[in-house]
Amino acid sequence: MSKKTTVKPAAKKAPKNAPVAKAKAPAKAATKSAAKTSKKATPKKFDFGGLSEELLLSMHDLMVKSRVLEERVIKIYKAGEGYFWIGGPGEEAFGVPLGLLARKGKGLEYDWFHLHYRCTPTMVALGMPMIEAVRLMMNRATDPSTGGRNFAGHYCFPQWNVAPVTSPIEVQYPIACGTAHAQKRAGHKSISIVTGGDAGTAEGEFATCLVWSSRKGQELPVLITVQNNGFGISTPYEGQHGETYIADRAKAFNIRSRVIDGTNPVETYIALQEEMDYIRKTGKPSFLEVKTTRLYGHSSADGANRKTDLFDPVYKFQEKLIAAGILTEKAAQKIWEIYEEEGIKAQEQARGEAGPAAETVWDHVFVNNENADWRKF
Amino acid sequence: MASVAQAIRMALHYGEKHMGVKDIFGQDVGAPLGGVFTATQGLKTAWNTPLDERGIISMAMGIAMTGDKCVAEIQFADYIFNTIDLLKIAGNTLWCTNGQVQLPMVVMTPVGAGIFGSVYHSHSFDAWASRLPGWKIVMPSNPLDAYGLMLAAIEDPNPVLYLKSKALMRHKGDELIPGEPEDEKTLKSMIDKPVQNSQGWKAKWPELEKYIVPIGKGKITHEGEHITVVTYSRMVHLCDEVAKKLADEGISVEVIDLRSIYPYDWQMIKSSIEKTGRVLFVNEDTEVTNFGEHLAYRTTQECFYSLMARPRVLAGKNLPGIGLHPNLEKNSVPQHHDIETAIREIVAEVP
Repeated sequence: MSKKTTVKPAAKKAPKNAPVAKAKAPAKAATKSAAKTSKKATPKKFDFGGLSEELLLSMHDLMVKSRVLEERVIKIYKAGEGYFWIGGPGEEAFGVPLGLLARKGKGLEYDWFHLHYRCTPTMVALGMPMIEAVRLMMNRATDPSTGGRNFAGHYCFPQWNVAPVTSPIEVQYPIACGTAHAQKRAGHKSISIVTGGDAGTAEGEFATCLVWSSRKGQELPVLITVQNNGFGISTPYEGQHGETYIADRAKAFNIRSRVIDGTNPVETYIALQEEMDYIRKTGKPSFLEVKTTRLYGHSSADGANRKTDLFDPVYKFQEKLIAAGILTEKAAQKIWEIYEEEGIKAQEQARGEAGPAAETVWDHVFVNNENADWRKF
Repeated sequence: MASVAQAIRMALHYGEKHMGVKDIFGQDVGAPLGGVFTATQGLKTAWNTPLDERGIISMAMGIAMTGDKCVAEIQFADYIFNTIDLLKIAGNTLWCTNGQVQLPMVVMTPVGAGIFGSVYHSHSFDAWASRLPGWKIVMPSNPLDAYGLMLAAIEDPNPVLYLKSKALMRHKGDELIPGEPEDEKTLKSMIDKPVQNSQGWKAKWPELEKYIVPIGKGKITHEGEHITVVTYSRMVHLCDEVAKKLADEGISVEVIDLRSIYPYDWQMIKSSIEKTGRVLFVNEDTEVTNFGEHLAYRTTQECFYSLMARPRVLAGKNLPGIGLHPNLEKNSVPQHHDIETAIREIVAEVP
């Protein structure tokens, strides 16, 4: 499923067997130690879009890692070792390619990420170790994102230009225009990437992003994405939207847009690569509506229980790789086991780490811990 | 002498020339208008935005996140209310990220009554702003402070709200900004855009010097012995005028121009109250849950045994708006006679 909604043609799809930009393999990926690639040629009935086996296996590995991590974090919540879970199991097939394709680094020459709280797959693909998500979930002082101050999924990694995730939805959209403005001024081919949910597109900030990124002659290099999982907490898509495709809204602003199947990592990888290339080349925004699933509900507020009737992109991709002879069942099983073990160890390690000390509430109100307590003025 | 609007303009010029300001933006901030109060005329980095306050604040946040310095303007504080969520996020970003992400941004906006601006051009914002932890908030009362506080705001690595009184935009002080030509007409010919035939006009900036008014430091504008009046922005001038009038009657009023709402100069307030034993807090934001109430509370906690009279807060009436007709506006925010009456009552009170 790839529905173009603009009059402008998209860049050509990568031809089969064409070389694909090398994605960085995850550090210590389980693939390296467990997966065995088939030397047989990929049967034609499986369309992997010309992506290399190495890349396919890397994506699978990271998708599994992300899923296992999310399930570990849910277990931590259900065990009473965390207060609130929110995340994105079901979005691995979009989030992992996004993390792999972006230019990771710190500063204006690298891409900026304005993520929402369902973006663990992207963080995993960027190279975030499991322990960091677990520390965030368990509110440890060692949590690199918030120091134990905020919810699961509220990542912040300035070393990779990952802007802090906010609880108010959609505010990240226009903030992305700010980083894109600075990137464009600096003259780099870097882009700002923003993600969000379908329900949140009702917020004014979403429209703000469309307006500010598309002004004639002042277009901004923003990859605007919406992960449409069909629900806003408990309200179905139909109860919130009149438009058929959210991507159609971008058309009104002359922003190139399309709808893609976000449960298919191959389709998302190719589409993301095309759109990122377009943005880097033109300095103009692009819009992707990504159809995803929501396998564990919105958050712990609605139970965080597995929705067994929904399409599972991780298992389906794995089945495809096995059927194509790229991955063996045994190797796949080993990957799940390795990450399960890593998750358990991360939980045990985080359990032994201290929470933030009470007196640190006054830290970082102002830069350099300048006195913020009026009692001490 | 420069007006407050000219002082802000010169500070922004100094900021973009010497302090790394790369963007000055907001509605009508760039050419051709240069701001509805002319405070951004002729600036190199000034540009116009869509009519979208939330966009302006979030744009500033994004720019600041990259480390670039910017000054954003909300055309009237009356329209900043729909950005409260973003202001809250900007204020909590450093804290939420455990010190990782700084937002070195300045948001300036004209506030308050005094120009007969009716319901939506007379709002105050100081009390609201004081409830935005993580922000520093400044409110200059004269051109030199307007200049010095803007440079301090630009230099500060934290988000700073710069609340400028609408009624003071044309106010001229009695102190020169360092580098400002002494002759007003000379300054005007250099930096004011001509009303007619302005096409191609460029400002000729004087050689300005760095002058910082530290955020959090107040100033005694009128020394006195019998009562302390703590105020800021436009109300400084009303309080000073009342203090001068009452001095003729032997009532000695000490007026403190707070200059910063947060952090605020408590040591200056405290030592003055300990000297006078009496205090009045004056501002024009609405009286219920007013910033002056916080100061009055702190006064009772720390200066209780120095007090000779109950502390008072004189503020704007707790009304939904400020009516256009002068009779309505003047009965909504403190006037000379209100301040005078309050001072007389407090001074007359016997413990």
